[in-house]
Amino acid sequence: MKYFPLTDSDREEIRKLLGIKETSELFSDIPGDKSYYPTDDLPSAVPENELIDGFKAIARRNTFPGYKSFLGGGAYNHFTPEVVKYLSTKGEFLTPYTPYQPEVSQGSLQAMFEYQTMMTMLTGMDVSNASLYDGGTAAAEGVLLALRKARKKNTILIAKNLHPEYIEIIETYMRDLVEYKSKYVDFDPKTGTINPDELEKIVCDDCAGFIFQSPNFLGVAENSKRISEILHAKNAFSIQTITEAMSLPFMTAPGENGVDIVVGEAQSFGLPLGYGGPYLGFMAVKEDFIRQMPGRLVGETRDIDGKRGYVLTLSTREQHIKREKATSNICSNEAWCALRAGMYLATMGKAGLRQISKTNHLNAAYFVKEVSTFKHVGVKYIRNFFNEVVLEVKNMSIDEFTGKLEKKGILAGIPLKWFFKELESAVLINFTELHKKEDIDCLIRAIGELQ
Amino acid sequence: MNKLPELIFNISKEGKVGYSFSPVPATFTDDMIALDGEYRRNDMEDFPQLSEVEVVRHYTQLAQLNHSVDSGFYPLGSCTMKYNPKVNDTVASLDELSCHPYAPISTVQGNLEIMKTLDEWLCKITGMGGFTLAPAAGAHGEFTGMKIIRKHLSDKGDPRKIVLIPDSAHGTNPASAHFSGYEIKEIPSNPDGILDVETLEKYLTPDVAALMMTNPNTLGIFEKNISKIAEKLHANGSLLYMDGANMNAFMGIVKPGDLGVDVLHLNLHKTFSTPHGGGGPGSGPVGVAAHLVQHLPVPVITKTNDGYHAAYFNKGIGRVKNFYGNFLVMVRALAYIMALGKENIRKVAEDAVLNANYIRKNLEDVLNLQYSSKTLHEVVFSDKGLNVKTLDIAKRLLDFGIHPFTVYFPLIVHGAMMIEPTETESRETLDEFISVMRAILKEAQEDPEKLTSAPHNTPVRRLDEVLAARQLVLRWKKTEEK
Repeated sequence: MKYFPLTDSDREEIRKLLGIKETSELFSDIPGDKSYYPTDDLPSAVPENELIDGFKAIARRNTFPGYKSFLGGGAYNHFTPEVVKYLSTKGEFLTPYTPYQPEVSQGSLQAMFEYQTMMTMLTGMDVSNASLYDGGTAAAEGVLLALRKARKKNTILIAKNLHPEYIEIIETYMRDLVEYKSKYVDFDPKTGTINPDELEKIVCDDCAGFIFQSPNFLGVAENSKRISEILHAKNAFSIQTITEAMSLPFMTAPGENGVDIVVGEAQSFGLPLGYGGPYLGFMAVKEDFIRQMPGRLVGETRDIDGKRGYVLTLSTREQHIKREKATSNICSNEAWCALRAGMYLATMGKAGLRQISKTNHLNAAYFVKEVSTFKHVGVKYIRNFFNEVVLEVKNMSIDEFTGKLEKKGILAGIPLKWFFKELESAVLINFTELHKKEDIDCLIRAIGELQ
Repeated sequence: MNKLPELIFNISKEGKVGYSFSPVPATFTDDMIALDGEYRRNDMEDFPQLSEVEVVRHYTQLAQLNHSVDSGFYPLGSCTMKYNPKVNDTVASLDELSCHPYAPISTVQGNLEIMKTLDEWLCKITGMGGFTLAPAAGAHGEFTGMKIIRKHLSDKGDPRKIVLIPDSAHGTNPASAHFSGYEIKEIPSNPDGILDVETLEKYLTPDVAALMMTNPNTLGIFEKNISKIAEKLHANGSLLYMDGANMNAFMGIVKPGDLGVDVLHLNLHKTFSTPHGGGGPGSGPVGVAAHLVQHLPVPVITKTNDGYHAAYFNKGIGRVKNFYGNFLVMVRALAYIMALGKENIRKVAEDAVLNANYIRKNLEDVLNLQYSSKTLHEVVFSDKGLNVKTLDIAKRLLDFGIHPFTVYFPLIVHGAMMIEPTETESRETLDEFISVMRAILKEAQEDPEKLTSAPHNTPVRRLDEVLAARQLVLRWKKTEEK
């Protein structure tokens, strides 16, 4: 077996040195019947060539790659430059542990410091951490951060048009912390957004903060500036979630809108769809939240010769020092995904990000314009989307609609009835730079044929 | 190579381009923009602009500053830094696996098959009744597992208040239990470094929900009273949570499920060879006894005659992670188990334990062993009796191209040096490590300053962590430009 460098004679000599006859003697403290191999009912070892063939065969059972997909909703298919794939898969980046020995981890640490910096630039915030698991858990951590920081306030307001899975995760994280309460804020079905005037009436004295998403799950930008003002007037925090990080180069930075905590998903920055993971949770905050923040932080320092270097810092927030009093239980996070996102951002640069994000928006805008002549379908929110739109279907059920398009080789979008009763006959359609004009025309034509 | 690369912000220059992508179609004009002015971004001041070759050199130079499993020995205790087989990366990067998580279930049967197979095989290896693959890391698995325990007890009428945790536990254990709404009570281990039944009984009050036990524990010692401990817990209506971070020590030797474990998590990025990526992504599947399967988080993959499905249990704890978890990590772990096969799973543990004992035997005459119980996958020495500190030895190891062991953990060992070689190291590598360690210890007596001022040959020398925490610099700013 090629993964075991010990030879039989090595093993024999080690046993001799240890004064044992059988290796099993080393396991004599372990109870249970060891006369049988507990793994006997597993298959036999597969040689490397057959392993690759086997996985190719399983992969072929996925028919998804044969479809033109317009699925989004928190997972987006973007272009990744080849240099990003090449550089990120170097063993020196892929195979270290957490940089506990900074002297031999400056590569990962400096790259992380650069990632943190680029995320603060994109979000307009003061500080970014080095990653969280994904958008949904980042949202939950954002909520807990606001509650910790607010101290005596125990209620969190949650926008109903926040990604439904993020809401589920927040619920799971909050459920057993009995002192905390959550309240939902409805969105206006006419605009798809939170009505700030309604929000103003709901924000209570016990509210630590309000978590909302912009662009929200229905693809529409929220007025985060007004929302933040309302919250600040009541001494509550504004927590903005972003599931489509590609919107950042195109849209006003949350920091400019007065948001206190930005959390979300940065899979769009160079990570493949990968059937949902690993992705990249991010968190960026205003300066006064730093000491309550969860996750790793890389900071700049000097070595004993005065040379610039980087270390993990503020570890007194973390579980290995504070144990149950830590700001989070997180240890391993998504460091490599953050490193790769950093590479992506550095490669695309200012010009690339602006072009790609604009292409995303224009592709969606083109679709909205073209389908506006159709009578049997209609885009529900025709302004202030980024790259996702809600299409209402008026002449058939949504299952019939997606089913017919699937037969034409198109996965047209996510049926919103999965998540919202009031949007029974609508799909959420996503456009990225990887959709060529022909692809969008093909979708438009196919929808046109369903009149 | 001792020159640190400049920060990318300092090599950036207006007008440089590192990407190439189809232009926006000419007919897509700016008047089509449907975003009101107030929502539009004006600038991305200071954002880097580099050419492709500069990006490649920057990150290649950074890569050369890292120690990794691919570049050298990495005996970081409790982290199981084994070799990460490259074929696993190959299969995980098959384009056809990279589907959208909301794709219709009928179009992703291959992916569901991969997850279901991994679930079944992990059950076979551990003897548990069912797994969730959703958790993203070990600590996330602990949190998920404690939620399952709380749900089980709550459904029976009382979630209880306390979780017992031995003093040798990793910090994530108390933190995870705390975030599941529990108070923590720490239990001392006995002079042999393990938990004894009598001590447990003293702490076992009616409001104890569970005991969280790492096995083998962080001293590398098997908790041999585990079955009796499980009996006592169960008689009290409490559950046994096993932190399986150290499963590498007895995979294929015995099944935790047969020892009375109710809930356990595994670390695919440790025992199952998936690369740790400098701090994740990991994957921390949670296995539960049959009666707890109903409480697993959503979604659960099921198989029927017409294929695979994603099921949603309403007695479950809800959702802990977006979509299905870290799928591409699962792919790697499955490839690893397939490559090992039933013939070799047990050999992983055997060679890992042989190697750890080889190191122990060759260093126990020069280093203090606070606990002399049988060593499994890792050995923990103490700096007692030495004229230098553990940190000094660790830093000196860096000069020899060896990554140090885990330092100062577990807390119950004075100046702990926790050494875990894993099964993927050759005897020659172990011999080199042993001779370097012996040489360093000799040096400590003859020229201790060599150690206290180490490292000498690394890209940077000992870094000032106090300064980093006191004068926080967490991002580059333009004003700092030279």
